[in-house]
Amino acid sequence: MLRREALAKLTGRERYVDDLPLDDFLWGMTVRSPAPRGRIASVRFGKDIDWSRFVVVDHRDIPGPNVVALIEQDQPVLAAESVRHVHEPVLLLAHRSRAAVRSAARAVEVVVAEEPAALDFRAVPAPAQIQYGKDNVLKHLKIEKGDVERALARAPVVVAGTYETGAQEHVYLETQGMIAYLEGGVLVVKGSMQCPYYVLKALQHALGRDETRVRVIQTPTGGGFGGKEEFPSHIALHAALLALKSGRPVKLIYDRGEDMAATTKRHPALVRHRTGLARDGRLLAQDIEVVIDGGAYVTLSPVVLSRAIIHAAGPYACDNVRITGRAMFTNAVPFGAFRGFGAPQSQFAGERHMDVIARTLGVDPVELRRVNLLKDGQTTATGQVIRDGTDRVAVMERALELARYREKGHEHAGFNATHPTMRRGMGLATFYHGAGFTGGGEAALKSRLRVAGRADGGVEVLSANIEMGQGTLTVFTELAANRLGLEPDDVIIAEADTTRVPNSGPTVASRTTMIVGGLVERACDDLRRRVGLDDASRGQAVKDAIRRWHREHPGEPPIGEAAYERPPGIEWDDKTYRGDAYGAFAWAAYVTEVEVDLRTCGARVIDFVAVQEVGKVLNPTLARGQVQGGVVQGIGWALMEECKWQQGAMANNQLTNYLIPTSDDVPPVRVAFVENPYPHGAGGAKGLGELPIDGPAPAVVNAVARATGTDPRAIPVTPERLMELMENAVRG
Amino acid sequence: MNVLLPDTLPQALELLSQNGDAVPMAGGTDLMVHWHVRPEAHQHTFVDLSRLEALKPLSWTADMLVLGGLTTYWDVIRDERTREEFPLLVDAARQVGAIQIQARGTWAGNIVNASPAADGVPVLMAYDAIVVLESRRGREQVPLDRFYSGYKQMRRRPDELIVAIHVPRRRYSYQVFEKVGSRRAQAIAKVGLAVTRSDAGWRVVAASVAPTIRRCPTVERLLETGAAVASPSDLLPAIAQDVAPIDDIRSTAHYRTRVMARLLYHDLRDFWGK
Amino acid sequence: MTTLTVAFTLNGKPVSLDVAPADRLLDTLRYQLGLTGTKEGCGEGECGACTVYLDGLPVDSCLVPTFQMTGRRVETIESLDARSLAAFERCGATQCGACTPGVVMTAWWIREHPDLLGSHTVRELMAGNLCRCTGYDGIIDAVTEAVGGEGRENRKR
Repeated sequence: MLRREALAKLTGRERYVDDLPLDDFLWGMTVRSPAPRGRIASVRFGKDIDWSRFVVVDHRDIPGPNVVALIEQDQPVLAAESVRHVHEPVLLLAHRSRAAVRSAARAVEVVVAEEPAALDFRAVPAPAQIQYGKDNVLKHLKIEKGDVERALARAPVVVAGTYETGAQEHVYLETQGMIAYLEGGVLVVKGSMQCPYYVLKALQHALGRDETRVRVIQTPTGGGFGGKEEFPSHIALHAALLALKSGRPVKLIYDRGEDMAATTKRHPALVRHRTGLARDGRLLAQDIEVVIDGGAYVTLSPVVLSRAIIHAAGPYACDNVRITGRAMFTNAVPFGAFRGFGAPQSQFAGERHMDVIARTLGVDPVELRRVNLLKDGQTTATGQVIRDGTDRVAVMERALELARYREKGHEHAGFNATHPTMRRGMGLATFYHGAGFTGGGEAALKSRLRVAGRADGGVEVLSANIEMGQGTLTVFTELAANRLGLEPDDVIIAEADTTRVPNSGPTVASRTTMIVGGLVERACDDLRRRVGLDDASRGQAVKDAIRRWHREHPGEPPIGEAAYERPPGIEWDDKTYRGDAYGAFAWAAYVTEVEVDLRTCGARVIDFVAVQEVGKVLNPTLARGQVQGGVVQGIGWALMEECKWQQGAMANNQLTNYLIPTSDDVPPVRVAFVENPYPHGAGGAKGLGELPIDGPAPAVVNAVARATGTDPRAIPVTPERLMELMENAVRG
Repeated sequence: MNVLLPDTLPQALELLSQNGDAVPMAGGTDLMVHWHVRPEAHQHTFVDLSRLEALKPLSWTADMLVLGGLTTYWDVIRDERTREEFPLLVDAARQVGAIQIQARGTWAGNIVNASPAADGVPVLMAYDAIVVLESRRGREQVPLDRFYSGYKQMRRRPDELIVAIHVPRRRYSYQVFEKVGSRRAQAIAKVGLAVTRSDAGWRVVAASVAPTIRRCPTVERLLETGAAVASPSDLLPAIAQDVAPIDDIRSTAHYRTRVMARLLYHDLRDFWGK
Repeated sequence: MTTLTVAFTLNGKPVSLDVAPADRLLDTLRYQLGLTGTKEGCGEGECGACTVYLDGLPVDSCLVPTFQMTGRRVETIESLDARSLAAFERCGATQCGACTPGVVMTAWWIREHPDLLGSHTVRELMAGNLCRCTGYDGIIDAVTEAVGGEGRENRKR
């Protein structure tokens, strides 16, 4: 099936939040902290502006607690006495004229009496920099399996390495934005978001309104990648406060510079490995330490850290594993959800480390992975028994074959020996990604979903899971249509409006198709039973029964419901971090060919093969697009996307200076799927959206290492950094 | 903000002479960047050049290519003859932004924007281009390699407009343009290099390694004299004489110097003395 | 603030309107004329989401002052024939859709000027339109197919 909303998007008819008609509204604007830490001494309003013509909101205008409700209740809606990071919101302004409000925002001076800021998450904080607990650690986590110290002491070889990954900006093409207005006594907030119920909860909490007086509606969302998971709650609250104070509709749209500077990014990370090995490369012990920069508030850092450590050991069998994780408080703009959610960071380190091990032992990186890849019956670091019937070595072999890995290796030897200025190399990464919330997370969400029968015999899917480009509308349509034997046109997906749709959970964690899609199927079954049919009834029979119901129960559509049920045999202990971390893992092997220009030290990816096992592929075009998009985002993170920091804030917050790949920077991404239906996922599917961001960076950097004989340990591998590495290699 | 909308060149020159601090605007690809969030940038008088049809076309005479004051990159890319006689102009134009910028950006605008990282200026300079300035007081011609006097400082009086750029037609036995950015397309140059050789001698022009785009006389002399150069590092002393790169948000002085040396060494391998 | 009157041809029809001197063509189209198909992605001429045709050439409308439009010809995504976008649907050329109108505008221009492919690759011509979702393959395939090529360059190899 073709993407449902494709034509609306291709013709420009799709209306995003800034495209919606809105009468007699005000433009909102945010005034932010200029300093990373300190007490707000005063807020000065410029004398050249008639401030009576502006709506001005500060923390005193917040009806409820001054908190953006999330995991911890630590982040204010608007800073009151002190600030913890540059760009922290302090004041809100609104005016009819966008130009006027932009100028006015610049005429407000927030004067901060500065205090010592913690700006390097890798450094032990000085006493004066301690702002969280006794050591600025936001969260500690630990996984233990077997006896690592003993195994390391006995291992014939121990290989250690330290790896670093930088922050990454989402660069969704639609910047963040919200509109807010009052409809009767109901506050309506509409905008670009992944999680309408997160926004609802935050609005209720800080505004002191119950759910009958707040309504959240998701508008078509121009990309999210995690960046619209938790952050939209802030803009929603800001727009709402301005609307409540002015009594007028308010539109708050970030321009690109503000969006890049003030919103979340991927957590920077530092990962240390100490690995005990047999001479043939078998893993005997993995001792891993993962440290991430959380920034100035807790946000989602504890769960990002959780996913980072669970994935840190890679898709390998090892009896002795210890993984410790720390999320550090710093006075940086808070980091947040980004596709992969910690796993790309820890798997960059792990897969780079595998190549470092291979080089140290003098074994082939392919063989090293072959002997260690998990086989059915073996366990992951948390003790989860993998028994899904997927042949992970075969997935790798398929990728190597498609990429002509071995032949290319020979060709490169010749090429590199003769070419005056170019060097080529192949790189491999084998990796995995757990779908859905970690551990008991899915059960705690208690997701619910409804499918309603319509008067014309068709159905409407009511879910809070949103479309942001990844294909929710299309996949839900296919799932409902297939389940009931209907045509796609018989299926409507309801707008994600919290007054209409139940809370089917957030649109994150690669859970929408696999988990929420399963609810779509079961709610369809429930609807069919409700209208008096058995599970075998399909097509016209279903439509007839729904129509009949409507005739017999006017004004009362038949509704099928489903709630999340944990698949059988899944156990997780959150205290010990033992058990089944995820219902299912998707598996992948990525192979890339890279060319480095010795004159400029610029590395370019010239071929990319992505092979993955994601259960059953429901929609090949959408699935391929997810992989290709994730791969290119990963290539960008590996080679060019670099946040430059100044006082814990992004200094290069322009698309001219924070570069993402263009069409001319990347080769075609060749995608193949190995299909192995997952019995507990919708239509046999496993989660797919995040997997493709985990593998490209290590594959690319492994290839750069091979091409140049260097050993890069940090990304992005910019030309400047690679030049330094190559010069050091020559000297060393 | 005040906008003046002349229909002809004499009107435009008249307006410029009356408004000493007026800013001429052509394709807007530099002036309009981040326009909406820079209200302070609006506090000027702008003289719109977009109606001056006479300045748009490029033309050929017996001994030169004449780019109009409003000739765009795209005009050059699409000109078959330019592609044959001055291929570096086309190479550089194709690396300015992407088609959306190439369609609007002008060569004259690239010159007066005076960015040290400009793409169009180095190739023009390597072809010995001459800037033709006009004001109500008359015309003057300034060789492009003598046009800049410092960072964003140039020999254009506020009442003058670039009405044409003359590119002398010569037989070139060697020519190359190199642009090193952080990605292949749509990047700002971290190092730019244009090198030509004709009867007039060698021209080596560097971008992004000094406060202005400039010729590298010391390197040129090495080429003229057939000096022995056995590795990129042999070029570093000459490069140090000619340019002064800095660390900034896009790159480092070290990287810029090394890359310039490597490009010169490898690209000109056949010309260095042994 | 003073206003200026500009008269130009928009999507084949004459328009005349008063604008503020600082208005960008992008603002005029979106907020004054309600043509919201043209998107703002960056406001710095990098992303191409605001691509429109000015006298037949693709330009970033965030870098075009509206006061320059008198006598010019402007076309937006709203002027394109929706029926001929099948290749873009089939190839997965759109995901989130925010870059898409700009992508389609550039793609369409390439389709109308197939001779460009004698000197340029599709990837070079599309480089002024950033996309963060597709990895570009869906877009490149669609353009290649639309200009009459075989398409699916990533599948053939």
